[in-house]
Amino acid sequence: MTKLFVDGVEVEVPAGSSVLQACEVAGREIPRFCYHERLSVAGNCRMCLVEVEKAPKPVASCAYPVAEGMKVFTDTPMVRNARRNVMEFLLINHPLDCPICDQGGECDLQDQAVAYGKDGSRFLEQKRAVKDKYVGPLIKTIMNRCIHCTRCIRFATEVAGVPELGATGRGENMEVGTYVEKALTTELAGNLIDLCPVGALTSRPYAFVSRPWELRKTDSVDVLDAVGAAIRIDTRGPEVLRILPRTNEDVNEEWLGDRSRFSFDGLKRKRLDRPWIRRDGKLVAASWPEAFAAIAEKLKPLSGDRIGAVAGDLVDAESVVALKDLMAGLGSENLDCRQDGAALDASRREFYVFGSGIAGIDDADALVIIGSNPRTEAPVLNARIRKRWLAGKFPVGFVGPAGIDLTYPVTALGEGPSAIADAAAILKDAKHPMVLVGRGALARPDGAAVAAAAWALLRGAEGLRADWNGFCVLHQFGGQVGALDLGFVPGPQGRSLGGMLGGGVDALWLLGADGFDPALIGPETFVIYQGHHGDRAASRADVILPGAAYTEKEATYVNTEGRVQRGRAAVAPPGEAREDWRILRAFSAVLGTPLPYDTIEAVRARMAAVNPVFGSGFLTAACSDPAGPAGDPAALGDAPFVPPIPVYWQADCISRASATMAECARVIPPAMAAE
Amino acid sequence: MSEPTEFSFDADSEAKITMILARYPEGKQASAVIPLLYLVQKQMGRLTGSAWLPRVAMDVVADRLGMAPIRVYEVATFYLMFNTKPIGRYHLQVCGTTPCWLRGSDDVLRACKDAGALKGYGDSSADGLFTLTEVECLGGCVNAPVLQVDDDYYEDLDYARTVALIEALKRGERPPIGSSIGRQTSAPEGGPMVLTGAEN
Repeated sequence: MTKLFVDGVEVEVPAGSSVLQACEVAGREIPRFCYHERLSVAGNCRMCLVEVEKAPKPVASCAYPVAEGMKVFTDTPMVRNARRNVMEFLLINHPLDCPICDQGGECDLQDQAVAYGKDGSRFLEQKRAVKDKYVGPLIKTIMNRCIHCTRCIRFATEVAGVPELGATGRGENMEVGTYVEKALTTELAGNLIDLCPVGALTSRPYAFVSRPWELRKTDSVDVLDAVGAAIRIDTRGPEVLRILPRTNEDVNEEWLGDRSRFSFDGLKRKRLDRPWIRRDGKLVAASWPEAFAAIAEKLKPLSGDRIGAVAGDLVDAESVVALKDLMAGLGSENLDCRQDGAALDASRREFYVFGSGIAGIDDADALVIIGSNPRTEAPVLNARIRKRWLAGKFPVGFVGPAGIDLTYPVTALGEGPSAIADAAAILKDAKHPMVLVGRGALARPDGAAVAAAAWALLRGAEGLRADWNGFCVLHQFGGQVGALDLGFVPGPQGRSLGGMLGGGVDALWLLGADGFDPALIGPETFVIYQGHHGDRAASRADVILPGAAYTEKEATYVNTEGRVQRGRAAVAPPGEAREDWRILRAFSAVLGTPLPYDTIEAVRARMAAVNPVFGSGFLTAACSDPAGPAGDPAALGDAPFVPPIPVYWQADCISRASATMAECARVIPPAMAAE
Repeated sequence: MSEPTEFSFDADSEAKITMILARYPEGKQASAVIPLLYLVQKQMGRLTGSAWLPRVAMDVVADRLGMAPIRVYEVATFYLMFNTKPIGRYHLQVCGTTPCWLRGSDDVLRACKDAGALKGYGDSSADGLFTLTEVECLGGCVNAPVLQVDDDYYEDLDYARTVALIEALKRGERPPIGSSIGRQTSAPEGGPMVLTGAEN
């Protein structure tokens, strides 16, 4: 620790900290453009100048290390003058187009020019003009506004791991761009918009849409991948206008994947906004009572074992518990939430969550990835693995298809499950070994064996201890773990999804389940589809019940590490659509056996009764019992692993309905660059 | 000349690359980016008569040194000595900094334009022989004004001697480099003035 004085206030900071960090500890605000906590220090904007006693000139505090007894002054005439003049230089080539700039109102340059700048410029010459660049369908560039802070270059190179942005030319002719025009091949491009302190990189879908002060901001969580990133949903009236990440150090830091950020325009397309009933082979619009009556008429004569229910990937825990209770009332044990058929053993939580926690990646010292491409399944989590790799001494083994670029080097062990045994060498010397098992690796005939083999591998490396659980299952969507936590799996006599298809049941309730081919459902099966998008499953349905998407309901989701989080309703569901648990509650009344909850609090109490996790929201990193999941580790097949999400941009019903995502899928090559 | 579709180092260059790479410790090969780009430019000059860096060649350098291509583009565009566009057979680089300017670099420029059929700085002649560039101080101020042709300095120029130089280049000759008035290196004009042995 180093002691120093900031404006006379004594502060203590870790040795090696920068003066800027010390000033922040002392509660002094230092203006900055190029400095960012999560990026390397560039020291090129010069806005953070402060005065240090005995230093002859102002020093750039972001790049100046603290020293014992140093006296720093942040508000002297010299500092104020320095900032004013730096600001004047920054504004020399910056256009005065704030009124038409999308960054207006949330612009660092605008704010700091007001706070630290002067009222005029002495620059009478021509401003330079820079050609706008094309860097993909998500980012709009107005390069005249660029102040060359190089945050975007550092983000792309360091965090996203795609060194494609750079500064070409020099001096007056310096330009930030890709030099060879191309769309950035990253799933984290949207973060460049947040990082850009000026309006040079702005959101293309959000261009000229709104001003920040017109927006209503709702804090929520993302469900489009299993990371469960903290998000802020910005709305105006009934419309979601943009989604931004919030900071959650334990989950997403401050990043957000592009699918989570930009696919919200899919929430306005192909929506189910009223109930529909199939009459004579055609879907006709209906009212809620008609729809409920049609379902009740069909279900009442059936015995429980002829009825089944499948929960989808984006479902909230409230609706899952309501559907489970409804099915129990009908005497059905045919429940399944594993549309992909993943052989997840739901008997113990350690078998299906990301055991170390996402933040646990920072502590891991060796990693084996089995049958997963975290870059497309959870780009933010992949960036965290990359961050760990950048910190050094982090061998990564990879069992899966060749030719996948994960943005960090991996030791390719093989393409099929037989290579899992070879991974022991990677984990050999690790104190905190980690095995990341993709959900896709379990969704295959030998899935149970893969899980057991991965568990055995980790057990052999002593990675299952009371203080460390390195068994990490990476799910793909935000609703998957919650459904497992609520035990939405077949009962002792129940059928799994495979058993329900092909006529295994006479009535099938699909709660947002469109992750499998509906043609597999038996032709005589009566299908109820409850969900928010008219995707492929809805077109097969006999009755459609319009539900709410994740931006439209108060709901609970559990992310891949088992963290229970609440999503908030930012807008109302469209038309006749309702929150999903309310639909199920209302239907139960039509059957004459109403579910015992009328308020969301009561539903949540019921959830907590089913699984205490929902009451406490606790996370466990410990592994209580080294006994492994069901499955014979010797029964491994030979088939190579296949990445479960071939196209990152279109993986769920919301992103499939999104025009922005369709454009991304068209333009950006899959991240399988043969590197 | 347009962007070629491929580039590979020839045997000459390969021999030099081995030498250059040996200068840097294992894992620091990226340090060799400037010498390698220079090699590319030399090879292009040798083989095509236009010493410049095509984009594919920069990609080849990036690949060879294990760098991201953009890192190579950054270096290549930063240094004005690297030509990212095709140039003429002879690169006429007129020093326009104060000492040369005071000593008549305007005449040198005019001579280049007249004799080389060039419109001005940045122009290449229609016959592909010359490209005219203004450069900052070449460090040859003692013998100002200076014209750099490719890597060679021609010094103490005036209008007539510059025209003669360019005419010689057109004929495929390379006049002797250095002072055009017979000055010995940068000794005073007309020979030594001191320490001639005549004193005392």
